[in-house]
Amino acid sequence: MYDRGKVVTGLAIFVIIMTFPVWYNLGATQHVPKPDLPKDVKKCVGTSAYMRTSHMVVLNQWRDEVVREEKRKLVEVEGKQYVKSLQLGCMKCHPDRKKFCDECHTYTAVDPFCWDCHFQPKETK
Amino acid sequence: MDVKRRKFLKIAGLSAVAGLSVPSAFTNLLQGGEALASTAGRGAAEGSQQPAAGGHGGHGEEPTGVQYGMVIDIKKFAEHRGLAEQCVKACHTEHNVPDYGNPKDEIKWIWVDDYAHGFPESSQYKRNAALKDLPVLLTCNHCANPPCVRACPTQATFKNEVGVVVMDFHRCIGCRFCMAACPYGARSFNWRNPREQYANGNYKFYKNGINPNYPTRMRGVVEKCNFCPERLAVGKLPACVEAAGETKAMVFGNINDPNSEIAKVLNANFTIQRNPAAGTKPSVFYII
Repeated sequence: MYDRGKVVTGLAIFVIIMTFPVWYNLGATQHVPKPDLPKDVKKCVGTSAYMRTSHMVVLNQWRDEVVREEKRKLVEVEGKQYVKSLQLGCMKCHPDRKKFCDECHTYTAVDPFCWDCHFQPKETK
Repeated sequence: MDVKRRKFLKIAGLSAVAGLSVPSAFTNLLQGGEALASTAGRGAAEGSQQPAAGGHGGHGEEPTGVQYGMVIDIKKFAEHRGLAEQCVKACHTEHNVPDYGNPKDEIKWIWVDDYAHGFPESSQYKRNAALKDLPVLLTCNHCANPPCVRACPTQATFKNEVGVVVMDFHRCIGCRFCMAACPYGARSFNWRNPREQYANGNYKFYKNGINPNYPTRMRGVVEKCNFCPERLAVGKLPACVEAAGETKAMVFGNINDPNSEIAKVLNANFTIQRNPAAGTKPSVFYII
């Protein structure tokens, strides 16, 4: 092999640069999302596991039912009634977008456009 | 094998005939008389639909089912000067409608204009001066035959069960076909971000009002009057009708229910609609 020294050092530098993000973050502890859960209410409109994976499905269903089908009947969970609404339903128990919604959304790099139109409780105070 | 041209042509012709006729014969055999009966039935059904289709114009059959509508008594607004502006304010603060102070970017759900602009198709020749000065409230007519709904490619605007032409802001792609289709100019486009703020942090909403219970829209979305479905759901009247209050300048209800207040008002008064010749069957009526 010609220029063995140059080729091997070049490859070594390449590998070091390419794997930089991996070994740079090796020691650092990862930020694990911990959404701020409500203290007084224990039960959501679905199970925790379902809400964690499919809250967006619920929101889309509620949206279609309320806006398009005029099915505005309240959702009842353990004697408490909830409006089928992000702003007037979900945000009553989960009032802080930063500590609840964004906690996981930032972690998973999803950027839903709910807040382009809907108000967070804090915004209007 | 020696094949003569004559024989070859015969075989080719026979195979062609067989190839064309056998599949259709098979389908006929498989479906039997059923296929024939259903095609005949379809033809009959189409025939019976013809008169109904003819009814889509302005002079056809009366539509049935729930149809919310509104009667606006222009004379009452003459007696109560400033009431029309109050109705507009009630609506626009309720729905966080932005006010940029600029007619080019204007967003309006309900607005005040004069008779000549509200009813351009009627003659203004020798029109009495008193009528010329009257404020006329204009809004979405929630037509029984809405052209905007037919124009919308995403069904973002549609006619719901109670006859309201609803805007689903989530689904609007901002193509503005509905604005071109609406003969009443009842639709506005968000050229700017409706959440624009002044330097002091206040939203540029109408008269600085803000309703935390109703969302805003986003840039690139068409908006218009929705007859306040969120208020009807909790047993309230639309915001503008509530603002008009006891004056009865605005009456709201199901125009197809003969026992409703609005049906009685419609029966007792001579009313006109905006541009009825367009065949859209507007559900907003005016007492002049």
